[in-house]
Amino acid sequence: MIAPATEVGDAAVPPLLEVSDLRVSYGVGSRSVKAVRGVDFMLRSGEALGIAGESGSGKSTLVMSFLRLLPAVATVTGQVRYHGEDILTMNWGRVRAVRWAGASMIFQGAMSALNPVRTIAQQIVEPILLHEKIGARAARARASSLLHDVGLPAARLNAYPHELSGGQRQRVMIAMALACGPDLIIADEPTTALDVMVQAQILQLLKDLAANRSIGLIMISHDLSVLSEVCDRLAVMYAGSICELGPTADVRSDPRHPYSSALLDAFPEIGDPAARRNPHGLPGDPPDATIASAGCSFAPRCPVAMPACATHEIELWPSGPQRLSSCLRVLPEFRDAPDGTGVPREPAESATEGNPVG
Amino acid sequence: MLEVKDLRVTFAGGRSAAPARAVDEVNLALREGEIIALIGESGCGKSTLARALVGLVKPQAGQVIRKGSPLRYSKAALRQHRRSVQLVLQDPAGALNPRHTVYDLVAEGPRLHGLTDDLYQRVCSALNQAGLRPPEQFLARYPHQLSGGQQQRVVIAGALALAPAVLVADEPVSSLDASARGEVLRLLLELRDSLGLSALVVSHDLGLAWNIADRVAVMYLGRIVELGTVEEVLLRPRHPYTKALLSILPGSRSAESLTLLQGEAPDPTAIPAGCRFHPRCPLYSQRHGDARAPWCRERDPGVLPALSELPLAACHFVTPAPADDAVPPLASSVSQ
Repeated sequence: MIAPATEVGDAAVPPLLEVSDLRVSYGVGSRSVKAVRGVDFMLRSGEALGIAGESGSGKSTLVMSFLRLLPAVATVTGQVRYHGEDILTMNWGRVRAVRWAGASMIFQGAMSALNPVRTIAQQIVEPILLHEKIGARAARARASSLLHDVGLPAARLNAYPHELSGGQRQRVMIAMALACGPDLIIADEPTTALDVMVQAQILQLLKDLAANRSIGLIMISHDLSVLSEVCDRLAVMYAGSICELGPTADVRSDPRHPYSSALLDAFPEIGDPAARRNPHGLPGDPPDATIASAGCSFAPRCPVAMPACATHEIELWPSGPQRLSSCLRVLPEFRDAPDGTGVPREPAESATEGNPVG
Repeated sequence: MLEVKDLRVTFAGGRSAAPARAVDEVNLALREGEIIALIGESGCGKSTLARALVGLVKPQAGQVIRKGSPLRYSKAALRQHRRSVQLVLQDPAGALNPRHTVYDLVAEGPRLHGLTDDLYQRVCSALNQAGLRPPEQFLARYPHQLSGGQQQRVVIAGALALAPAVLVADEPVSSLDASARGEVLRLLLELRDSLGLSALVVSHDLGLAWNIADRVAVMYLGRIVELGTVEEVLLRPRHPYTKALLSILPGSRSAESLTLLQGEAPDPTAIPAGCRFHPRCPLYSQRHGDARAPWCRERDPGVLPALSELPLAACHFVTPAPADDAVPPLASSVSQ
């Protein structure tokens, strides 16, 4: 460990959400799985942060822990300060008040997140009645205007979920998340199960809502290009930690962590000759979360690993204006170091081809 | 190699419901060693077309032709057909029996086809071809002990064990992680190079086409609306539907080029008259005054032929304007 980095905040705008040294493990003892291994970031009002990572990277566990939605077997340590107040140590009554009214969540798979035997109106009205002193009629009127906001006709209020298409259900989920006027929305893979055209519609909707209502948005996806449609900043997660954090355009155009580069290359840009008949993958599998390893967790799969990567690990470190990366290569002493041979890894075709030795 | 001609697959509606025309006259020819990407929204009939190619659904009209001879739907003929045309499904976790070992999973096909001589050799070489090396290390494993990418390789090995000539892959990477996606796509390319395998890859992902395909067929509401090489279709799209699909690619779209089609994928039980795309077509709504606009409502732009020297698009605004009373070109009138 070298030194932790903190993001430089604008003192005038207090952060909406501040996460520090968050760790989540499942189970105890030697078999415990460390799903989240020390995450720090902050989010301001009206800002959209995208969290990217593959399955098992800990991104869903991370955001579920914000609202204390994890099962009891999960051990959560660290702090999640919402308007300065730590959600992890709040009493339950306060947590329940924050959920929906302060921070709400859009889950993936709108098919299973909606109750199949209750109408859309009943489901949108439920949190409103629970959280506010408001009559049933006014709550229903609110539900109707919410449907309008998410682009559905008010007549759909009386529909059951099975009468709606996938995209319409996802719109209902978004309307529910907006129901109590939260200032933070967490969207976990909001478009994964949707068709391309519908995905584009939903992304457009999220973008407009976040911009118009100055809602802080945290969006999770495995697809960096989906996140970059909506988000101002990107955080890339690997093996339970954030390995790169920075403004969306910068991370996309000039990634400062080799894992971010690999994720970006996996989805080609059409017209890019380098990707034509040449899909980019990343050999190997993510590390086993039950095993604590020395060194950088990405080193075994990294195409540009150096000997030092097997033994050293750094926390997020400034890698440019408003940018952080946990790659050893952002340190001045390693910036131009050649690829090492001391780290066991699979051969990286692209890095070694056409590179005569000597 | 493998061809469909005027293929039509209809699913009967329940009671008073109209039948769904899932595949509504499609011509497509897969050449030897060629990879075609079949692109479209969900519900456009692309999976049904894939299943028809393997002989899993019987078409109401038209033919599936392999090596020049039309497929007959007898048990023996289907068996023969499926040995050389293998299907790879979307979700490997669902396609693999969790209680079978990798060996049994890959050996299942050869056993069903009575290819039990050298079964061990056959399984090992299929695993090897699918990139699970050394194969011995995987034989005794169960699906849950494998990563998503490895599971999909086992599914592909199961197909390769029968030494097929064609792979029909339905969304082969959509349930995989980003890093495994590239690896599996690379495998499909390698198999084409080493075994001369042809493939029809069904996907909603235009990036996949750019990564591996030779030609692209864009399908809308049961019909192929644009067909051509990857470069032609993706870099110089002609059909407004293809243009819309390209404009919504996340990450690369700009506000001015964004063409967001309204509504969901349309209903195959009620295919619009005229051009089936016209109710959602941005070109049609922009060019109400154009002389060809009424055609969009009234005339079917026709069925594209399977093979052509030129890129093809089934759109009245793309085909050169014929004389006033001319009928838009139909597939039957295009000589091949």
